[in-house]
Amino acid sequence: MATSAQRKPIRWHIGVLLAPAILIYTVIMLLPVFDSLRMSLYGKGPDGAPMFVGLANYTTLLTDSYWQGPFWNALWNNVVFFIIHMLVQNPIGILLAALLSLGKLPGREFYRTALFLPTMLSFVIVGFVWKLILSPAWGVSKTLLGSVGLGSWFAPWLGQPDTALITLALISVWQFIGLPMMLIYAAMIAIPDELMEAASCDGVTGINQFFKIKLPLIWPSIGVVSILTFVGNFNAFDLIYVSQGALAGPNFSTDILGTLLYRTFFGNQLQSGDPFMGATIAGAMFLIILCGVCVYLYGVQRRLAYYQM
Amino acid sequence: MTQGIARRFQISTLAAHLVLIGFTLLALAPTLLVIMNSFKPRKEIFGAPLALPSFETITLIGYDTVLKRGDILHYFQNSLIVTVCALFFIILFGAMAAFALSEYRFPGNRLIGLFLVMGIMVPIRLGTVGILKLMVSLGLANTLFALILVYTAQGLPMAVFVMSEFMRQVSDDLKNAARVDGLSEYTILFRLVLPVVRPAIATIAVFTMVPIWNDLWFPLVLAPGESTRTMTLGAQSFIGQFITDWNAVLAALTLAIVPMLILYLMFSRQLIRGITAGAVK
Repeated sequence: MATSAQRKPIRWHIGVLLAPAILIYTVIMLLPVFDSLRMSLYGKGPDGAPMFVGLANYTTLLTDSYWQGPFWNALWNNVVFFIIHMLVQNPIGILLAALLSLGKLPGREFYRTALFLPTMLSFVIVGFVWKLILSPAWGVSKTLLGSVGLGSWFAPWLGQPDTALITLALISVWQFIGLPMMLIYAAMIAIPDELMEAASCDGVTGINQFFKIKLPLIWPSIGVVSILTFVGNFNAFDLIYVSQGALAGPNFSTDILGTLLYRTFFGNQLQSGDPFMGATIAGAMFLIILCGVCVYLYGVQRRLAYYQM
Repeated sequence: MTQGIARRFQISTLAAHLVLIGFTLLALAPTLLVIMNSFKPRKEIFGAPLALPSFETITLIGYDTVLKRGDILHYFQNSLIVTVCALFFIILFGAMAAFALSEYRFPGNRLIGLFLVMGIMVPIRLGTVGILKLMVSLGLANTLFALILVYTAQGLPMAVFVMSEFMRQVSDDLKNAARVDGLSEYTILFRLVLPVVRPAIATIAVFTMVPIWNDLWFPLVLAPGESTRTMTLGAQSFIGQFITDWNAVLAALTLAIVPMLILYLMFSRQLIRGITAGAVK
């Protein structure tokens, strides 16, 4: 046909439709991220102008006596923060999801709404609310513990170096428990009823039913929850900044990569801001998150069995 | 025998309720405690923190201090402007790009799609150093517009991904009939396709709104000035000033919680449906 031999008219509308999204995404998000990564390869030259230094900043971060202490401390704290989330938040999230999806449990809409509520609050609110509740000055938690005979357990948990990080991680778990709960709940209600009935007929019931049938079916959702937790935790900043300040006290025991990045870039009472080292820490965080995502995509996701339902 | 099963079933249901009630209390109590105590005089805040405020002693002194001192309303307005504008741009530009990618075949289609969706995995905070430099050079530091731009960029990848998935399911016959009638491609997108993918828009709105409203990092870095302070940043600095005035701190916290609480109770159905539908799909 003659028409098909002709060149099609240029479809301008495709360009018009794509342009705003691509422009904003590239200019505001991608280029600055790459610029930050590039900046981590520069340092202050003798004349004050930026000078290319290769990987020297990263070597400094990992080996220099001034930098390596805070960096390893923040990284280790971040790992602890993540592990507590994985060990507490996700199992409890799975438990709550399993309970909510039990048959026709009356009142489950109320439970769902209430349990998800803290996730909607900002870190600022969550941080301050818990700071007040745990504060020895107010004494609410001491009274509460006392009423069940555990008054002597109370300690200023947020103020002690060896308990502050764990306390903050648990506060964060308290806030975000709704997310794993909802995602896993969604996966559980997608399991067809016939499957569960068939299992019951074969004598697989109760706890057994959960571990032998439901759990294998929701592994993919648990995988998604885990990678979301990982990316979220290694980007965390707000909660610690709000409740412990930029210095992540007491004595840096709650310092994680996000707070270290903020302090390094903007400076604080102890040091002036250093954009190059700030960019280096951002680069390190980028690599860590990238590693996590790759482990998930190639190590975890491919081995998961997906069942068609 | 059947009676035994029924009883076991009841016991397990009871146990499930007990566990759920326990966690529900844990989830609600801290917030309720703060709201409750914000109406009490100082003596009772410390003397009987767990008691309900009584009619004789109920007081608004904390609210008085807070509303006199701070521009809570102004912060609220800033947050509203930023959130609504960012949401509008995310949905508008996201829908346009998603339509182009899902509707037309052209060279580079998949590549551009991947390029945009890749952003879901890149945390925008790591570009803070570069974003601040860019905003300063554009003269946008300390403006709400800078925040709107950043949140738009941050929300676009997810919006494009979700909307193009939904748009692929819109019937071709409908669109082709419109083309035969001589409607332009833009009219088809805005008049035909967008109304059909309303559930996708609701999901995106709910998911992007909360993190934008609650964000502390970018307001702190890009717009820390008094006139551009958002609710979250305002509450943060505000509560810091009053840290010894418990009435004021509790009142300020309550004022920050209540708008979110109302919004959540209004939209919780859509939100929960959005999460569960998104995950089932």
